[in-house]
Order: sequence, then structure tokens, then C-alpha cells
Amino acid sequence: MSSFEKHAILEKSPTLLFTASLLVVTVGGIVEIAPLFWLENTIEEVEGVRPYSPLELAGRDIYIREGCYVCHSQMIRPMRDEVERYGHYSLAAESMYDHPFQWGSKRTGPDLARVGGRYSDAWHVDHLIDPQSVVPESVMPKYGFLMDAVIDGEHIDELMRTHRFVGVPYTDQQIEVAYADFQAQADPDSEYDDMLERYPGAAVSNFDGQPELTEMDALVAYMQVLGTMVDFSTFVPDASR
Amino acid sequence: MAEKRLDEATGQHTTGHSYDGIEELNTPLPRWWLWCFYITILWGVIYTIAYPAWPLISGATAGVLGYSTRAEVAADIEAHEAKNAALVAELVAADLPALAPGSDLHRYAIARGSSVFKAQCSQCHGSEAAGAKGYPNLNDDGWLWGGSMEDIVYSVRHGIRNDTDDDARWSEMPAFGEMLEPEEIEAVVAYVEALPSGGTEGLGATVYEDNCSSCHGEESLGDREQGAPNLTDAIWLYGGDTDTITETVTNSRFGVMPAWGQRLSEEDVRSVSVYVHSRGGGE
Repeated sequence: MSSFEKHAILEKSPTLLFTASLLVVTVGGIVEIAPLFWLENTIEEVEGVRPYSPLELAGRDIYIREGCYVCHSQMIRPMRDEVERYGHYSLAAESMYDHPFQWGSKRTGPDLARVGGRYSDAWHVDHLIDPQSVVPESVMPKYGFLMDAVIDGEHIDELMRTHRFVGVPYTDQQIEVAYADFQAQADPDSEYDDMLERYPGAAVSNFDGQPELTEMDALVAYMQVLGTMVDFSTFVPDASR
Repeated sequence: MAEKRLDEATGQHTTGHSYDGIEELNTPLPRWWLWCFYITILWGVIYTIAYPAWPLISGATAGVLGYSTRAEVAADIEAHEAKNAALVAELVAADLPALAPGSDLHRYAIARGSSVFKAQCSQCHGSEAAGAKGYPNLNDDGWLWGGSMEDIVYSVRHGIRNDTDDDARWSEMPAFGEMLEPEEIEAVVAYVEALPSGGTEGLGATVYEDNCSSCHGEESLGDREQGAPNLTDAIWLYGGDTDTITETVTNSRFGVMPAWGQRLSEEDVRSVSVYVHSRGGGE
């Protein structure tokens, strides 16, 4: 039996074949995945990226619940046409506090990675209630029911604890005042300065124009922060990354 | 197990497996397949040398070709911009109101502005700029803040009633539901509805005179300094039926437009303004 024919030993024993396959896949997996945890150029630190505010985080949960990611990506690829249409290409750091990330894989609707600040709150509300009223050619379903779903942020601290458990650096203080911050962001008449200090650049507004705090408020708050955390007028991309 | 033997019909050896007298041939892999397999292995090795691949202690091998996605997109954008550089420089320096329609620069501005409009503006103003409820039609002669080239450039650059630009156009209609009695609102709505045919006398006229005329004008022709619409024409931003006008008077309206000067390049702000100006209503 020449050495080329020794694979017959593996092939004739299912147990041996399974064990050897597992070994190969394990080594391959470790080589591909493990370095991502220590290589400096995969964890580029970018100024401005912060954890989501409590209201944004709640909005993000609604985004996931409604399956927005099925039709909308949040990933501007580094290509000229994408950069011209949507803005600066996405950085890994911009989704470092997303668990799970919302990059998506399909664009029935446009990419949302930099939708923050691009439209008024009223536009988002009009558009979510009846997308065709502002974009007649749209095939997006209507989400007007979000206007009626009152939320009170009752479990927001637990949600933040869960995110901290998977690595988002929420401080004890942030979790302690989460409920107040949650309410403050949707009320422009509130004392929201402390909230803004904890979450710089968060949009404070009565997003849906109703006195109650609804899921619409939360979702629009989330929309308005997307892609706005990094100041690209000062960001210098490191070409080696 | 049967004997391994040479099968005369095929010229191949058998494996020695025999099932009810049916024997298995040990046919070697086709040469072309085997060679393709070896070439892919070779290709894989060459690829990892040429491109960033092997993880090391603090980084990965950069690859002998020095390839970087970021550098590639930057070079791609630069090459594209270089082709347009002359026209862009001309556009940024141009006196837009004096831009001659039909000139090369004007045509370039319209083409560029049209793309910018489709990507950035069409979501509110519509893909053909015809607007929607609450979002102005840009093709007609009705302008809230002015339809000259300078006015349009200003509106695009600074936006309207946003919190991000201190120079944004700003005005705020009061919610008259908190200030007027229901019968007064009813009367003034009837007065506004009758304006195109000359208006009416009585309570509606008095309420209008006391509350509305300071912004919308004695003649109800509006005031572009504060974005107060002309009430005598047939153009309605939110709707001209009784219910909608009542809603507008009672709760007021507060249309917001982002400051595009903060998001777009100077040439994009200018070209989209030229495009909007050329839609039919430009003054």
C-alpha cells in the first residue's frame, strides 16, 4: 500500500473519519475566527461611537421585531456608487454595540446605515404610517399601528443589563437612570441635558407628535441616530484596514 | 472479498468488492479533474501571498500586491472626481443666477442635480418633484421661502426649521386651537376658503385681520420672509378642504427640512438647486 492509499484507513472507519473531519474543521475555524479577537486592524477604534440610548435601544428592538432587516441593510459597502448614494462606507466600529448586528443581506428598500438626520421626524412618521403617501412607488408595508402601541420603558434597565452581559459598556449609573433617560429623550420639555451627556448626539424630540410615548417614538429615535455617531469631517481612514 | 483482477472489457482493475457477483471497478479520477484540483491548491497559496491573508501576532500579512479595499474605493472616487474636476471647479465658482440655460455647465449641473435629487430629495418631494401632503411641489410657481436661485440654494444649504443649522429658515405658526374659540376657527376657515373668490365679511374677516394677517398679509398673499404661504391661490401644502384647513388652524403645522449643506458637497448643493430651479417654477 503506497502512502497515497493510506486514506483508505480513514475512509473505512466512520468513527475515525468523523474524528479527523472534526479536527480539520476545528483547526480551520480557529485559524479563521480566533485572530479577529486580537488583530488590531479588525477592531479599529473610532471616536464618537457610543452605546445606544435607552429609547434608541428600544427602537432597535422594534426594528428587529418587525423584521426591518429583511428588506433593509445597514451596511454601506466600500464602492464608489454606494458611497455616493448613501454616504461614507460603514466602519466595523459603527456596529460594535449592535448585538446582533443589523447589516442585513438584502435591499428591497434602501440601505439605512446613514439614514439618521436625513429626513425629518414627521417624514419618518408619515412614511411609517403610509409609505406610499410620500413615496408612491414604494412596496413597504404600513406600520401605523406603532402609533397606538404605548410603551413605558418598564423593562428598559433589564434590556440594558442584557446588552451589558454581551459586552456593551453600559455603566451602573446609566442603567440606574435608564427609565428617566428613556422618557426624557421623547420629551423636548424635559430636563434632558444629563441624558445628552450620557448619550452625546441623541435626538431629543416628541418624535411622533403624540402626547403618549409610543413604539413610533422609539423607532424614529433609532432611525435618527443611525450612522450619525462618527464625524466624517474629521475621520481619517487608515488605508491598511 | 473477491480477488482484485484486471477487467478486460474496461482495462481497469477491480477493487475486490463483489456484491452478488457484481464487481466494483477501481477507476482513477479523470486527469483533467485531478489537475484542476492541484491548480486550485496552488492558486490558494499564491492568493494568500498576493493578498492580505495570514493572521500573525498583531496584524495580518499585507500581501505583496498591497491591496486594500479602502485604498481602492478612495482611488476609484478620486479617478471619477478627476474627470469632473474642471466642471466642478467652474460650478463652485459660478454665479448661479447668471448661469446660461443650455450651456455645458448648466447641463452638467442639471444632470448632477438630478442624481442628487433622486438619491436625497425624492423621498419627501417625490421622484418627479411633485411633492406630497406636507412636502412642497417644486414644479409649480408657489414658493414658501422664495423661488429665485439664491433662495433655493439657501433653503437647500440651511434647511427649514431644523435644530442642526443655526441659519436654518425658521418660523412657527401658533396652534390657534389654544387661542381662539371653535366658532372663531370655523369662521376664519370659511373666510380662508372664500379667499380665492374675494373673501367674506364678518367674524371670519375680523379673526383673520387680528390673528393671521401679520404673517399671511392683508391681501393673504403670504410672506416669503417667514415662509407663510399665499392663501389666495389653488396651491395647498396640506390640503384645501374644510377639515384640513381646520386642522391646520387648530394645531398649526411645522414642516422641517434638513440642512443639506451639512451632508452634501458644495457642488451637490449647487447642482441640486439648479435642478430644482429648472423644474418649471424657478424665478
